[in-house]
Amino acid sequence: MTSSLMTVAYLGATILVILSLGGLSNPETARRGNLSGVIGMTIAVLATVLGPRVAAAGISWIVGGMVAGAAIGLWAARAVKMTQMPELVAIMHSLVGLAACLVGFASYVDTSIAFSGAEKTIHEVEIYVGIFIGAVTFSGSVIAFGKLSGRIGGRPLLLPARHWLNLAGLLATLWFGRQFLAAPTIEAGLLPLLVMTAIALLFGIHLVMAIGGADMPVVVSMLNSYSGWAAAATGFMLSNDLLIVTGALVGSSGAILSYIMCRAMNRNFISVIAGGFGTGGGAPAAKAGEQPAGEVSPISAAETAELLREAKSVIIVPGYGMAVAQAQHTVFEITKHLREKGVNVRFGIHPVAGRMPGHMNVLLAEAKVPYDIVLEMDEINEDFPDTDVAMVIGANDIVNPAAQDDPSSPIAGMPVLEVWKAKTSIVMKRSMASGYAGVDNPLFYKDNNRMLFGDAKKMLDEVLVALMA
Amino acid sequence: MPLVIGVPKETAPGEKRVATVPEVVEKLVKLGFAVAVQSGAGEAASFSDEAYRAAGAEVLGDAAALWAGADIVFKVRAPDSEEVGRLREGATLISFIWPAQNPGLMQQLAAKQATVLAIDALPRQLSRVQKMDALTSMAGVSGYRAVIEAANAFGRLFNGQVTAAGKIPPARVFIAGAGVAGLAAIGTAASMGAIVRANDTRAEVADQVVSLGGEFVKVDYEEEGSGGGGYARVMSEGFQAAQRAMYAEQAKDADIIITTALIPGKPAPKLITAAMVESMKPGSVIVDMAAEQGGNCELTEPGQAVVRHGVTIVGYTDLASRLARQSSTLYANNLFRLAEELCKAKDGRFDVNMEDDAIRGLTVIKDGAITWPAPPLKLPAPPPAAARPAAAAAAKGHGEGAGAPASGRTLAILFAVAAGLFWLIGAHAPASFLGHFTVFVLACFIGYMVIWNVTPALHTPLMSVTNAISSIICIGALVQIAPPLGAEVAGRPETLIRWLALAGIALTAINMFGGFAVTRRMLAMFRK
Repeated sequence: MTSSLMTVAYLGATILVILSLGGLSNPETARRGNLSGVIGMTIAVLATVLGPRVAAAGISWIVGGMVAGAAIGLWAARAVKMTQMPELVAIMHSLVGLAACLVGFASYVDTSIAFSGAEKTIHEVEIYVGIFIGAVTFSGSVIAFGKLSGRIGGRPLLLPARHWLNLAGLLATLWFGRQFLAAPTIEAGLLPLLVMTAIALLFGIHLVMAIGGADMPVVVSMLNSYSGWAAAATGFMLSNDLLIVTGALVGSSGAILSYIMCRAMNRNFISVIAGGFGTGGGAPAAKAGEQPAGEVSPISAAETAELLREAKSVIIVPGYGMAVAQAQHTVFEITKHLREKGVNVRFGIHPVAGRMPGHMNVLLAEAKVPYDIVLEMDEINEDFPDTDVAMVIGANDIVNPAAQDDPSSPIAGMPVLEVWKAKTSIVMKRSMASGYAGVDNPLFYKDNNRMLFGDAKKMLDEVLVALMA
Repeated sequence: MPLVIGVPKETAPGEKRVATVPEVVEKLVKLGFAVAVQSGAGEAASFSDEAYRAAGAEVLGDAAALWAGADIVFKVRAPDSEEVGRLREGATLISFIWPAQNPGLMQQLAAKQATVLAIDALPRQLSRVQKMDALTSMAGVSGYRAVIEAANAFGRLFNGQVTAAGKIPPARVFIAGAGVAGLAAIGTAASMGAIVRANDTRAEVADQVVSLGGEFVKVDYEEEGSGGGGYARVMSEGFQAAQRAMYAEQAKDADIIITTALIPGKPAPKLITAAMVESMKPGSVIVDMAAEQGGNCELTEPGQAVVRHGVTIVGYTDLASRLARQSSTLYANNLFRLAEELCKAKDGRFDVNMEDDAIRGLTVIKDGAITWPAPPLKLPAPPPAAARPAAAAAAKGHGEGAGAPASGRTLAILFAVAAGLFWLIGAHAPASFLGHFTVFVLACFIGYMVIWNVTPALHTPLMSVTNAISSIICIGALVQIAPPLGAEVAGRPETLIRWLALAGIALTAINMFGGFAVTRRMLAMFRK
């Protein structure tokens, strides 16, 4: 395959990748979008392998690496539970970051690529930046994976003077960058490069550790964006337009997704990236607002079933608790039963419900809930006053009225689902513990609210049995 | 000398309403009329003689004197023969007449050379006559009162509650016939917290039922029951069988049944059979609003509340009269609006303009000649249902699209920064870099354009697909693993690079295959 043929193949692959992202913006075309992504990647890989840049001797190595990776990847894709999607995506981001680092190092030590003057400087800057982004993506994603899978606590780790720490890290990176560029030989340059990598890894860890659980969806999509930038930096490093375009596409789409989500939470984009609850969030969040007063009224599963049976309109608000308890199938059974009885059952999805953007949609889709009764927060919020029962399953912060009423609350200003405007709201929870954001919820103390304590799956099973009876 | 409007005391037993109220007397006086009210006429509806006097009416103690002095008589119920006898020759009478049911009365009135406007003969198809529609206003009051009577006879609360003292189930109310009275009953019962279901042979009222908080129960049989003028018509045999089955089912389920089914000029349809009453739970209530026309329930005794098979059957025929003050006020306003139409010059004269469709329909006797029934109205065909507001909200993408445009100043600063950066790059970077840079910047914009409108439901698949795509970094490793260098380049650490690249390929392959496969798995689950 000639060099020109390879370039044309790359162009085709680029177009297919763009079509793939475009297709994913609509449920009707999403499957086709995924397919064009697969075709685009296949073309890109084949064109490279068969192209002038790879010698025949390397093919066996490539096939070996590919087969091993493919086996692991396909196995993981099959084995993962839908509730574990966020973890899987996070750990996959870390792989891209790691690969970017490796490619960067390999490129640096490769003496066959020789530049001089400004081109050499630019090439080295590209390597440096590429490895930096790759390392941040890698360590950040590993921490995100740890937080999402519960191996690391969800609370934000807020070191004193963390902004200064970040700044110091950044300055050190710049300083070592100068050393790196000034290094006369490759061996001399390796040390600053390795030190910078270590700093970048710590930086990535600190970045994600400082972000609270409620902001996790933003982090996942931000890391997605980073992995794209890492690919783009690698593209610059290797003068490969396909890498640049694809990396930029992924990078900007991830950034926009994060921005959309930040806006949905009324959170400042910069302060989420900088960590924690923004600059003012240093104090322990739970003590910030007034402690809500009043009594909580518990309810039994049988009484819940009664309320549901007598309701005309029900809105179900799922949260992470539903995902943890794997309760989505039972939820759908209840929905199906109620809908057969003529009850108008709908789902209200908060943009940041769960631990990943669109997490709830995926779970409900898995349980075969038709997507036209699954509505966004903006679409359904004004319907709560006409709703008889709002059932909150394992969600907390996204239905917290303090976001609207209490300006001192750490989540003040975040749009929430107004379940308390329904005639009755039922909150399913394991205990009275506060949510991931660590904020107490005045909803639980409202007169028209009932608490159904227990594991969501177990409780919903009981509700379903009572409904069927 | 202005015309005198006479308002006698109603003579029908139990009738508490009165044809005008003090508030309306004032308005009638302003129209130029003199108003005479029989002493005690408003007493049952809590309007005292003093109030009438204060409003400008003359209060006469003697019925005979009042009738003799009145040019126009306002009444609620149709006059009995004694009252007709008192009516002055050539006078005008406005009240309920029911000409179809009372041919004898019509003859007597015609013999008096009277002009009679039957408020029940109003052509209700004309939308401008709504203000005079006493049938509607009385039906609304009756529907409300029917629920109150039902609640009175019913031994439980209407609204369901979960209280410390136990759970209260909500009352289940079934309403047969969703006309004005039925709709008023639905709204009242629903606002009291009951679960309300309703049925009507006219399918078009389903939306109205739902809008008032009720649930529309369909009869499982295809037939349209609109009989024109907002009334129902008699349905076919097959439909009636299906309807009976539905009523039987509702009777078992409901705590309260309110029936309002009327067909003009015919006895009320028997919807609730004795067997259905027997199947109801003890303590249940039936309010039969059609009792006067024979009742919708076989066991109804008009004018009375009886208990049959443990079910209270309320057959009161005076529901509106039981809210006399309210229904009198509404009725008086209806008559006032009619007076306005008849006296457009506001000079205290009546002009019964037979060219006017509304007046023509109302007038059943004109100067002693029976003009009832009026010729059918020539109504324009109803316009086709307006196109539904084309799913206005459907096209709404993310939030408000691209958000509010940034302010001019922010934009200017942004442009300045970008221009500065571009100048820096342009001044120092070599040409080869600029080519890549162009591609990079344009690709960023494409990403922005493509992603901005993605639906939130697809965020997760999108992320996993972009994740898979970002493993394009594989290309980087591929070109490193074994570049065709020809001669060995001195000092190239072949082994190290090979292993690094191999690890890179394996890692990205995990991502590539895993990412696409998991996206496929997710997308396969999305369904409508």
